[in-house]
Amino acid sequence: MKRIITLTVQDRSGVLNRVTGLLQRRQFNISSISVGPTETEGVSKMTLVVDVEDGQRLEQVTKQLNKQIEVLKVSDITDKAIVARELALIKVSSGSQLRSEINGLIDPFRAIIVDVCKESITVQVTGKPEKVDALIDLLRPFGIKEIARTGLTASLRGHQPQSNEQTPYSLTAR
Amino acid sequence: MKVEAKLEFQTSAAPKTGADLLIDLLIKEGVETIFGYPGGAVLPIYDAIYKAQDRIGHILFRHEQGMIHAAEGYARITGQPGVVLATSGPGATNLVTGITDAMMDSLPLVVFTGQVARSVIGTDAFQEADVMAITTPITKHNYQVQSISDLPRIVKEAFHIASTGRPGPVLVDLPKDVTSGILSEPLEESELDLPGYQPTYKPNSLQIKKMAESLATAHKPVILAGAGVLHAKATQELTTFAEKHNIPVATTLLGLGAFPADSPLSLGMAGMHGTYAANMALYETDLLINFGARFDDRLTGSLKHFAPFAKVAHVDIDPAEIGKNVPTQIPIVADAKAALTELLEQTEISPTTESWLEKLKQYKQDFPLWYKHDPKGMCPQWLIEAVHKVTNGDAIVATDVGQHQMWAAQYYTFNKPHRWITSGGLGTMGFGFPAAIGAQIAAPESTVVAIVGDAGFQMTLQELSVIYERNLPVKIIIVNNGALGMVRQWQELLYENRISHSLLHSHPDFVKLAESYGIRGVRIDNQEDLVASLPELFAFEGPVLVDCRVLQQEKVFPMIAPGKGLHEMIGVKPV
Ligand SMILES: Cc1cc2nc3c(=O)[nH]c(=O)nc-3n(C[C@H](O)[C@H](O)[C@H](O)COP(=O)(O)OP(=O)(O)OC[C@H]3O[C@@H](n4cnc5c(N)ncnc54)[C@H](O)[C@@H]3O)c2cc1C
Ligand SMILES: Cc1ncc(C[n+]2csc(CCOP(=O)(O)OP(=O)(O)O)c2C)c(N)n1
Repeated sequence: MKRIITLTVQDRSGVLNRVTGLLQRRQFNISSISVGPTETEGVSKMTLVVDVEDGQRLEQVTKQLNKQIEVLKVSDITDKAIVARELALIKVSSGSQLRSEINGLIDPFRAIIVDVCKESITVQVTGKPEKVDALIDLLRPFGIKEIARTGLTASLRGHQPQSNEQTPYSLTAR
Repeated sequence: MKVEAKLEFQTSAAPKTGADLLIDLLIKEGVETIFGYPGGAVLPIYDAIYKAQDRIGHILFRHEQGMIHAAEGYARITGQPGVVLATSGPGATNLVTGITDAMMDSLPLVVFTGQVARSVIGTDAFQEADVMAITTPITKHNYQVQSISDLPRIVKEAFHIASTGRPGPVLVDLPKDVTSGILSEPLEESELDLPGYQPTYKPNSLQIKKMAESLATAHKPVILAGAGVLHAKATQELTTFAEKHNIPVATTLLGLGAFPADSPLSLGMAGMHGTYAANMALYETDLLINFGARFDDRLTGSLKHFAPFAKVAHVDIDPAEIGKNVPTQIPIVADAKAALTELLEQTEISPTTESWLEKLKQYKQDFPLWYKHDPKGMCPQWLIEAVHKVTNGDAIVATDVGQHQMWAAQYYTFNKPHRWITSGGLGTMGFGFPAAIGAQIAAPESTVVAIVGDAGFQMTLQELSVIYERNLPVKIIIVNNGALGMVRQWQELLYENRISHSLLHSHPDFVKLAESYGIRGVRIDNQEDLVASLPELFAFEGPVLVDCRVLQQEKVFPMIAPGKGLHEMIGVKPV
């Protein structure tokens, strides 16, 4: 099962290496990882999407991450009310005659064109990974030259519903 | 025995360097002895050691691996961090085995490595190695010091992290320009800055209650005592608790000494080469109470068959160990001493364990440890018993890895804690002899015995120079069976006797070897001579090497083959 785990970490050199090294050594599969600064100076946030077999392994990965000295907090937010987003840049082959067709296609996704040249355009889309996947599928027939995805980043919603009214975030396989 | 802490900024003419500051900080941490080996990148530190030689000790080993195992032996006996210093590149990489060993067995070390100057890090400079990357997975934490002003904080944090919570090795990588840099102003004392590190010592009282309740209704409770009890210095509390409720106690290999072996409640060691009674108790129990053991696979055997009828309570200071291998109904994250103290305050009634204890007593009687005496040769098991006898069972015993290690664990029964030093988790050949040196440095008045195999001893025997030079009276017992005995045993039992490269067809003359280092050496090949000479050898004031020619074909029994459960021991009775 895919789980979204966020870490806040002290921003010291080597901490990313420590986290990814730990996951690799203990045989946890990382689907994606994104890192960036937070509102607090000296503190970074990592969002990991990991593939774990069961609850016992999940508990183990959380505890091992927590043990790292620079890791301040580990949360598995998969079952919480969250906002989870990813950004993708998709370069598609396209002569000028196809451009309006592509425009029509990406519009419902609220994606935008961020680069244009004679043979190709680059589309930028933001959203849940499923949405990004869906757009990529639609663009495939035009000929995709390159895809760059940031990996998921996520945060808790301001309001957390009671556990009975909660719909867990689903991370379907890509 | 702590050295008075004094951190003073020298006002003398000579400017103070980062290295001088480092040495001051070590003295302030109470460090008496550095286990070290010099080289280019640590020359500034060696200069500072030279200047501070009346304030801090240094012992020069002959190989970085030997010195770090010695620091582990020191740490095991004192509970204080062993302090290691090596140069960059090869000096640092020679430490890797010891650092990993300390990580696996939770031993506190603070390891300082030299590094090339910051301006050339990353350029494949002379003797540069990426020590941070190499040691990240094998340390509890590691640092590379980026400026002199960070030194006070980092040194303080390193000692704190190494010795608190679950102990472990911490490495501090010191670029040469940092240690040779000049302090422009006295550096203030520094505070710990470790918001992400807060080990839990006090147990959750609800879980303690739950454990007390479970105990009251148990019929076949058993305690498993691991090294955590020794780290917590909780042997007294454990003994009181077991006796109060009449609960039998098995220990792990690293937990030997956590509970007196001569107590009627003691079952001895459990696991791959544990006793029948200890293993059957763990198999049949309905309440398994684990204090400070990490349920290693050598202890559990096949997890499928481990404690199948039991409710499991696990006290460990490291939350990640609880539930890692064995599903646990009563998790207690705590220091073993704190947990035992609270448990002793519970007013819950004791379980009725008479018939359970009776059954286990029967097991002990029917299936004791056994070996066949051979009056013509010398049995290795008998040898260990003889060493036990001559030392009144009160020596500090360090072993190497292999058959002799298991025989020492089985036959040198420990009634007191902090006398047993062995490499459990990594199983590092070459560990035993230098670890004994570290123990002797830590406990100069104690009898220290190194029980080693003829193969493993040859991995770090160069440290004979150190015991000669320092006149450290370590007694070395080579259990010489002309083989990589443990490997040969597995080949005999599990590979249909195909003995592949596990016999040693040539040996140095160990007696002459010892003598060439200036050390007394003796060879003994029969029981009579051993009985006659051991008292004198142990009374001898200096170091002695005893090359004991033992029967070659002996095997360690009982044994649990890989993949089998604790109830599937072989060799529980003489054949
Ligand atoms: C050839 C060979 C054969 C072996 N055969 C056996 C065998 O038959 N039986 C056996 O048991 N082992 C055997 N071993 C050793 C085995 O591999 C493990 O090293 C051993 O079982 C670990 O013991 P432990 O869990 O008590 O100690 P450790 O591995 O040191 O674990 C200690 C635990 O205590 C916890 N702890 C630390 N401090 C505290 C504290 N203050 N309070 C509470 N908890 C704390 C730690 O977090 C850790 O979980 C063998 C090894 C070799 C090389
Ligand atoms: C560094 C290292 N290499 C290899 C091994 C594998 N190994 C485990 S026990 C053993 C044999 C040890 O022989 P010896 O030191 O003579 O002790 P004995 O088993 O004969 O008592 C070997 C090779 C190991 N544990 N450590």
